[in-house]
Amino acid sequence: MKLLYFAWLRTKIGIAEERVDPPAEVATVAALLEWLKRRGPGFAEALKDTRIVRVAVNQEYVASDHPLRPGDEVALFPPVTGG
Amino acid sequence: MIRVQREDFDVGAELEGLTRGKTGIGGVTSFIGLVRDIAGERRIGAMTLEHYPGMTERRLSEIEAEARRRWPLDAVLIIHRYGRLEPGERIVLVAAASAHRQAAFDACQFLIDWLKTKAPFWKLEETPEGPRWVDAQTTDDEAAARWIKD
Repeated sequence: MKLLYFAWLRTKIGIAEERVDPPAEVATVAALLEWLKRRGPGFAEALKDTRIVRVAVNQEYVASDHPLRPGDEVALFPPVTGG
Repeated sequence: MIRVQREDFDVGAELEGLTRGKTGIGGVTSFIGLVRDIAGERRIGAMTLEHYPGMTERRLSEIEAEARRRWPLDAVLIIHRYGRLEPGERIVLVAAASAHRQAAFDACQFLIDWLKTKAPFWKLEETPEGPRWVDAQTTDDEAAARWIKD
C-alpha cells in the first residue's frame, strides 16, 4: 500500500510518501489511522485529531469505514485551502 | 477545460481562447484569485501552494462536469497555479460562458466555491513569525453548501 502525506501532515510526519504493508486486521481507513498513530511521535502528533484529517483512496475522498486493499494509494491531508 | 500549472497565465488571452469561434455565447463571467499581503492581522510575505498531482486534476474535471450538468454552458475554464507566489500574483482563474448571463454568473460562483472546498490544494504562508499553514475557513464550507441540492 502506498501512503502519501500532504501539507502539515507531511511536515509533522517528516516524509511525503512511503510504502507500507500493514497487518491483515488493518482493513479500513479508521484502522489504518490507528495503526499509523503507533508508528512514532511524528505520526502520533499528526494524527492526534483524526476529525481534521481528510483521506483519499485512489484519489477519491472516502469516509473512515472505507475498506482498504493492498494495492491502494492512500493520501492523508488537512482540509483543503486552495482557490 | 482545466489546467494545473506553476507558471502565470494571461487572463485576456485565456478568455479570448475560451470563446473563440463559439458565436452562441452571450456572456462570459470570470473570477481571478490573487495572493493578498495580509490575512487578518498577519503580514504575508509570500505563499507556497502545494497540491496532490493526479487527484487535483480529477477533482477539477469533476467540478467542471458538475457545473455543465447544472447549467447550459458553452465553455468552462479552471486554471490553478502551484508553487511559490508573491502578493499580487494570480492563483486561480475560473470562467463560465453561456448564452445568457445568469447561468454564467451562477456557474462561475459554483466553480470557485466548490474548488475551494474540494480541490486538494494547501497554502503555506510566509509570515514574520515563520511559515504557517492556512486553516480551512468555515465561511468557505458555508459558501459551498449553498450549492448542495436538497
